[in-house]
Amino acid sequence: MRYLPLTPADRTEMLARVGADSVDDLFVDVPEEARLSGPIEGLPMHASEMAVERHMTALAAKNLSAGSAPFFLGAGAYRHHVPASVDHLIQRGEFLTAYTPYQPEIAQGTLQVLFEFQTQVARLFGTDIANASMYDGSTACWEAILMAARVTRKGKAVLSGGLHPHYGEVVRTMARFTRDEIVSLGTELAAEPDDAAVIGAIDDATSCVVVQYPDVLGRIPDLAAIAEAAHARGALLVAVVTEPVALGLIEAPGALGADIVVGEGQSLGVGLQFGGPYLGLFGCREKFVRQMPGRLCGETVDAEGKRGFVLTLSTREQHIRREKATSNICTNSGLCALAFSIHLTLLGGEGLAQLAALNHARARAAFERLTRIPGVELLNSVYFNEATLILPRDAREVVQELAGRKVLGGVSLGRLFPVADGLGKGLLVAVTETTTDEDIETFATELESLLVGVPA
Amino acid sequence: MNAVNAAGWRPSMGGVGEAGGVPPTSSGDYGLMLEEPLSFELGAEGKCGVDFDAADRAPAAGLSKFLRKAPPALPGLTEPEAVRHYTRLSRQNYAIDLGPFPLGSCTMKHNPRLNESMARLPGFADVHPLQPQTSVEGALEVIEQLADWLITLTGMASVAMSPKAGAHGELCGLLCIRAALDARGEERDVVLVPESAHGTNPATAAFAGFKVQSIPATPEGRVDLEALKAKLGPNVAGVMITNPNTCGLFEPDLKRIADAVHAAGGYVYCDGANFNAIVGKVRPGDLGVDAMHINLHKTFSTPHGGGGPGAGPVVLSEALAPFAPLPFVTRGADGTIHLVEEENRGEGHAQAFGRMVAFHGQMGMFTRALTYILSHGADGLRQVAEDAVLNANYVLRTCEDVLPAPFAKSGPCMHEALFSDAGLADGISTLDIAKGLIDEGFHPMTVYFPLVVKGAMLVEPTETESKAGLDRFIASLRSLAERAKAGDQSLHSAPHFAPRRRLDETLAARKPVLVWKGDAGEPAAS
Amino acid sequence: MTRYFTEDHEWIDVEGDLGTVGITDYAQGQLGDITFVELPEKGAAVTKGDSVSVVDSVKAASDIYTPASGTITEVNETLADEPELVNTDAEVGGWLYRMTLSDAAELGSLMDETAYKAYVESL
Repeated sequence: MRYLPLTPADRTEMLARVGADSVDDLFVDVPEEARLSGPIEGLPMHASEMAVERHMTALAAKNLSAGSAPFFLGAGAYRHHVPASVDHLIQRGEFLTAYTPYQPEIAQGTLQVLFEFQTQVARLFGTDIANASMYDGSTACWEAILMAARVTRKGKAVLSGGLHPHYGEVVRTMARFTRDEIVSLGTELAAEPDDAAVIGAIDDATSCVVVQYPDVLGRIPDLAAIAEAAHARGALLVAVVTEPVALGLIEAPGALGADIVVGEGQSLGVGLQFGGPYLGLFGCREKFVRQMPGRLCGETVDAEGKRGFVLTLSTREQHIRREKATSNICTNSGLCALAFSIHLTLLGGEGLAQLAALNHARARAAFERLTRIPGVELLNSVYFNEATLILPRDAREVVQELAGRKVLGGVSLGRLFPVADGLGKGLLVAVTETTTDEDIETFATELESLLVGVPA
Repeated sequence: MNAVNAAGWRPSMGGVGEAGGVPPTSSGDYGLMLEEPLSFELGAEGKCGVDFDAADRAPAAGLSKFLRKAPPALPGLTEPEAVRHYTRLSRQNYAIDLGPFPLGSCTMKHNPRLNESMARLPGFADVHPLQPQTSVEGALEVIEQLADWLITLTGMASVAMSPKAGAHGELCGLLCIRAALDARGEERDVVLVPESAHGTNPATAAFAGFKVQSIPATPEGRVDLEALKAKLGPNVAGVMITNPNTCGLFEPDLKRIADAVHAAGGYVYCDGANFNAIVGKVRPGDLGVDAMHINLHKTFSTPHGGGGPGAGPVVLSEALAPFAPLPFVTRGADGTIHLVEEENRGEGHAQAFGRMVAFHGQMGMFTRALTYILSHGADGLRQVAEDAVLNANYVLRTCEDVLPAPFAKSGPCMHEALFSDAGLADGISTLDIAKGLIDEGFHPMTVYFPLVVKGAMLVEPTETESKAGLDRFIASLRSLAERAKAGDQSLHSAPHFAPRRRLDETLAARKPVLVWKGDAGEPAAS
Repeated sequence: MTRYFTEDHEWIDVEGDLGTVGITDYAQGQLGDITFVELPEKGAAVTKGDSVSVVDSVKAASDIYTPASGTITEVNETLADEPELVNTDAEVGGWLYRMTLSDAAELGSLMDETAYKAYVESL
C-alpha cells in the first residue's frame, strides 16, 4: 500500500516491542463477536493510482462541466475566473496539510493569512470586524440570527422574501429545534423587492431582519431604509451577500447601516465544486465582538516583542464553554478563506471594481439579447450580474430541455421555490466575466427555438 | 546533512555583535528564516495582479443610486508579489508534509495528492450545484458511491451526506434523534455525555435544545456503565459516546450501553472522530449505534487546510434513517440515482427534518474521500486501523518509563497514547514539553485534553508515520521528558528556534485587534 | 461591614441591606490572567446561586454565582477597560457588582474569613 510506510518486518519488530503476539492482541477490548475477521466482504480491494484515476475520471466525464457549455447559473454560486496562482499557492503543503493554528509559534503563516482575510472581509463588507470564516453562507446566516438574539435579547427574526430559499430553509430547520420565532415573508415576481413589507414586519419583539443584497432574484433592496426602520425598533439588520463581486460596484452593506453582514465567499478563489466546500463570511460591529460566533485571529506580540498572531477570544467557543458556547462550530473554512484572500489580494480594490464593472457589462449585453426573444421579459428594474427572466411557459421544463441541447441556461424559480405559487415562469440567469458573446448567442438561439419553435 | 543554519541560531540567542559573533542583518531576515509584512503593508492602492478583457463598463442608469463612492480600500499585488508573499508566509507553518503531526483526536495523516488532482477534474470542480440532474449524474454517483462505502464500513442503514464538518454532523445526528422523538410524540429532553467527552458534544446537545447530564468515568478511563444505567429514564433522549474514547481506549461496554439505552427508549449517538482506529476492524452498527458522524478530514484523509474545510457525513440506523435532512441521494431498485430535494421530498423521504446547508454539502471532500477509499480498498482500510493502533501502542510502550501513562495498565490503547505531566520537576508542565517539541522540529501532541487527566498529552501518530520517523519522534519526546524531570528551566522559554517565541495571548484577548488599521483606513461602519 | 465567602470563591461585603460582590484573591490566582468580565445588568433581580457574571481568562470562562438574592444596583464599569484589576486587586478595587439584599437570612450559610481560609487550605 503506497500510503502505509510500515514494512512487515517493522510490524513484527514493533509488536515484539509492545509485547503483543499479533495485531489482534491490540484489539482485545473490541468484543470478539463484533470483531471482523478479515476485510469486509463484497467491497473491492486496494487499487493502483492509475486504476483509481480511471474510475474517477469516468465519473467526472458523466457531468457536463460549466466550462464546456454556455453556462448561466447563479443563485448563490457563481462561476468566475480564478487566477492560476491561487490554486498553485493553496496547494503548498505548508497551507494544505497544516491543522488549525493552535500552536501559534509554528503557524504564523496560517494566522497572518487569517488576519489579512478578516481585514479584507471587514473592508469589503464595510463592517468594523470580521471572523476567520464559517462553513458557508447559509450557516453563517443562521449564526447571524442567533447572534442577533444574543445581542438584542429578543428571539424573533424576519426573513425578507428576497432571501435565498435554501438559506431560509436552513434557518427554519434550525429554528424549529431552538424554538426561535421566524417570520418568512413571501417572494413575489415584482420588478423591485418589497422593502415596505420587510419594514412593516418589524416590531418591538424583532431581534433582526435578514435581507439579501442583491436579493435572490437579482434585485437590490434599499438597505439604508430598512436599517433605519430596524434600529428604530431596537432590531438589527443582517445583510446577506451571496455574490461578493457585486460589492466592487454597489455600496458596502455596513456603510448602509447593516449591523451584521454575512455572505458566501465562493465567488472569489473557491470555484463551483457542485456546492461545497464553500466559504461563510461574517462581519459585524466591533461592540458585538464577544457575541460573535466562529474563530477569530488577533494581533499580539511574542516574548521578544515581535508582532505575531494568535487565535483569540476562544472562551466563546465550544471546546471551553461546552454547553454554554456561542456556537457548536469547531472548524472554519480555512483553505477556502486562503483562496478567497489570495484572489482578493491579486485584485485589490481597483481590480475588484473593474471585475464588477465587467460582470455588469456582460450581464447588460446578455439581457439585451435575451429580451429580444418574443415573449421573454426582464423582471428586474435594476440588477448587478444576475436577474430574473419571465418566460412564456414553465421555466423548469425549459431548463431541462436546454440541458438536453448542452446549454446550462440558468436556474428555474420552480426548483428554488417548489411550494410557492406564481413563480413557475421565472428563470434566474447569471452572467459573469466568463460569459462570452458566443455563449450569449447560443443560449438566446436555443431558448428562442424552444419557446417559439424556430429551428436552431 | 547540509542544513542551512544547522545550529538553529537566531538573534534572541545572543552572539550578535559579541566577540566572534555575527552582526545582525540589516534586512531582519536570517538566511532562510524570512520575515513577511502584511499584504496591506506591501500592496498599493490601484495595483492589480489580474488583467481584464476590454468592455464598455458604464453601469446601467438605474443603478446609480446604489453605486459605491470609491472602490473598497483593498491594496492589490501583482502576481510575482502575491506569489512571493504567500510562499514566504507558508514557510512559517508546520505541516504534515514537513514531519509528524501527532495531534491526538485530530488524525493528521498524509494527504494523498491523487485526491487533490481528482477533485480538480473539471467534471467535479466546475459543476454548479443547481444544474439539471441529467447534467450531473457523475457527481451524484460520487455521492452515492461514497455513501455506500460509509454505510458498509459502519454497518448502518443510511447516511446523511450534507453536514459540513464533524460538529455539524453531530448536530445533524442529534436533530435526527429529536425528529424521531417528535414522530413518536415523546418529549425527552436529557442527553447523557461522559465527562471525558470533547467539548463539542455538550455544546451540540445544548444547541439542539437538550439538557446535558454528565456520566462519570471509571478509574480505568471508561464510561461507568452502572452510573449511566442509573440515569436512564423516560426523560433521556439518548447518550453521546465517543468510541474509541478521548483517552484513546475502546469502550468494551458499548453494546451493553446501547442495549440499556434502547431498552429505556433512547438513542445512541457515537462521536466518530476516532473511527480511524477501528475502520475495517469493527462496525459501529454491530454495537448498537444509531447515529455517528464521520470526519472525512480525519479517517479519510481530506486535507485539514489550516482549519477546514472538513466534512461530517452522519451514518444512521434504521430507526433514524427516515429523518435525514435534504438533499438526499438514493439509488432506486433499477439502479438509477435520485436526488431528493424539497420539491420531491414526498417521493420516499417525507419525514426529512429539514435542510442544514445550501446545496449538497462538501462535494470537493467527497471526491477526495472516495479517491482515498478506492485506493485503500477494504483490505487497505483494515490495515490503516491496524497500523494506526500499532504505531500508537509503540509510542505508549517506548515512553511509559519516562512519562506517566495513566491508563497504560488498562491494556493496549487504540490509535492514540495518553500521557500526563505528573512527576515532572516543579514548575515544568505539559505546555513546556509541547513547546520543547517545537524546538525539536515536531508539531506538539494535543495538550490538556482530555480534561479528565491533569496535564494530558495525547499522541496520535497515525498509520502514515514510518518506524524510523516514529523512532526519531520518540527519541525527542524521551529527551524532553528527561530534561523536564531534571528541572531544565530552558524549557520554560521554549520554543527558541521557531519563527516566533511564545505569544502574548492575554494581550490579544484583553484588547482584541482583529483587523489591520495601520493606514487609518477605518471601516465605513459607524 | 461584614465580609462573607462562598465555596465558589466569591466574597460579599454586607452593610445594612447593601452588598458588594467580587471574587477572592485565591480565585483570581487559579484563573490566571483575566481578559474580560461580563457583568450583570443593572436592575436585574437575581436569586442566590444564579450565574450572574462571567470572568474570562485566556483558556477558561468561569461563571460567577451570586452569593445572595436581591437586585443589582451598580456594576464596576472600570473592568470594561481594565479587567486586570481583578488580578491585581481582587478583593477591593476589582469588585464586580453591588446589590440590595432581599433576604439577610441567606448570609447564614456563607463562610466568614477564618472558615474560608481553612476551606482554601483544605483544597
